[in-house]
Amino acid sequence: METDWVGAAIAAARPRAVAALLRQFRDLDTAEEAFQEACLRAFRTWPRDGPPRDPTAWLIMVGRNAAIDDLRRRGRTRPLPAEELLSDLDDAETALAERLDSVDYRDDILRLLFVCCHPELPATQQIALALRIVSGLSVAEIARAFLVGEAAMEQRITRAKRRIAAARVPFEAPSAAERAKRLAAVAATIYLLFNEGYSASGGKTHLRLPLCEEAIRLARLLLQLYPAEPEIMGLTALCVLQHARASARLDADGGIVLLEDQDRGRWDAVAIAEGLALIDKAMRHARPGPYQVQAAIAALHARATKAADTDWAGIERLYATLERLRPSPVITLNRAVAVSKVAGPAAALALIEPLAEPLAGYFHFFGLKAALLQQLGRHAVARDAFNRALALAHTPAEAAHIRQQLDRLCVDGTSAIGGGGTE
Amino acid sequence: MLFAILCYDSEAVVGTMSEEEDAALIGRLEAVQKKLAAEGRLGPVARLLPTSTAVTIRKGREAMVIDGPFAETKEQLLGFFIVDCKTLEQAIETAKELARASGAAGAYELRPLATFRSGGALQ
Repeated sequence: METDWVGAAIAAARPRAVAALLRQFRDLDTAEEAFQEACLRAFRTWPRDGPPRDPTAWLIMVGRNAAIDDLRRRGRTRPLPAEELLSDLDDAETALAERLDSVDYRDDILRLLFVCCHPELPATQQIALALRIVSGLSVAEIARAFLVGEAAMEQRITRAKRRIAAARVPFEAPSAAERAKRLAAVAATIYLLFNEGYSASGGKTHLRLPLCEEAIRLARLLLQLYPAEPEIMGLTALCVLQHARASARLDADGGIVLLEDQDRGRWDAVAIAEGLALIDKAMRHARPGPYQVQAAIAALHARATKAADTDWAGIERLYATLERLRPSPVITLNRAVAVSKVAGPAAALALIEPLAEPLAGYFHFFGLKAALLQQLGRHAVARDAFNRALALAHTPAEAAHIRQQLDRLCVDGTSAIGGGGTE
Repeated sequence: MLFAILCYDSEAVVGTMSEEEDAALIGRLEAVQKKLAAEGRLGPVARLLPTSTAVTIRKGREAMVIDGPFAETKEQLLGFFIVDCKTLEQAIETAKELARASGAAGAYELRPLATFRSGGALQ
């Protein structure tokens, strides 16, 4: 379509423009409406007049003026912008464009992201708000992605906005400590969003790739703002590397294909190159963090052209590092997969024994336990564990995968399948 | 005479294109490349990964490695090498070796490639 380029330019400008409008109006709804109005006008005028020199600056100026007009009409008292900014849009646009790369601008976008990813919001609201405000997805699209009704999603977003207004995020330039705190909160939400797409927590589809793609887009945005932050490089690398396997993770019928059975020729080589370059770059800083370590693990998988070439000893060491950085039974469980490859199923089983209690309701715990027991030839107990996993499956694909393992267990009592549920 | 044609565009805009849009764009460019190749006029073609993956090595007595792409407007692009490296670390070492050999000022910007075709038509 002829207006495709307008849509692309608007999508690219969106986070910067909404962030600037938020600073000016200090209210999410006003900023959003101002941006919408500017988009409408862009669709009217750009196809006719051609693209403005700086689309972002244009959208900010036009959105700002439209919102001021609107506030004026509604008789609100607000400080008006300097007259020359209103009268000569072109000059103001140039002036604004020159300021776009300043540090202020970076703080604007981080503030917008932080407002959406505010730690006082429950995770589901953070994600919904970020997708609505920063990514510009429609409420209907977000509702579909989360398998809830549109009205319910609308309500979730409205509730989130109300809480944000009450939380009163300050608009002054943040201190270095505050900036680091905001960056960490935003990174955490992007990570959640990615995981929600990578391994859906419910519903019929096992993967929700649009959520992964949005998460990658947001991670890249954050990396653009903070190009020298190793953890942001790590987060981006992690998302990109995991997503690179997307088309090999499910078979034609939507069934799960384990990592070691995947057709590696179907992995996205370009995405892998990007992820590897980013993680290599991050590690040069010698400031390790959880995202970098997880990305480094994904990188070791990505570097293995055959499953048999996987550096399991390296992966085991990285999981041990991750356990130290962020102790969690789920990470120990993942380390156990590597341990089973390096030291055998008995060692891995011993490692996960103490996890039985904290992971009593965790699908992958029973999936791995069953696989390890099966490798040890303990088929009766393996069957019990597979049945527990089956009861805990989140998606039909997970359930089907376990059923397949159970079938195999019945037919071929000695088959040694790989450990765990790594996809 | 040989010419290099360097591509410039907004990374933010290209980055928001969907896979289909991107594939369509590449398809249109490939049609032109095919014609050039048939005429024996096409040399190497490469697409670079995003600038977020870039590292810059500033030449000097002790080469300095900086995150990010080259951003000096007072220096101009004079040429490029394409080298095969296992890791970014090896690429940096290679660039440093070139830096030592050149002895001149300036910088090398390292940009991993997304795609590469050697295009054997030119000698």
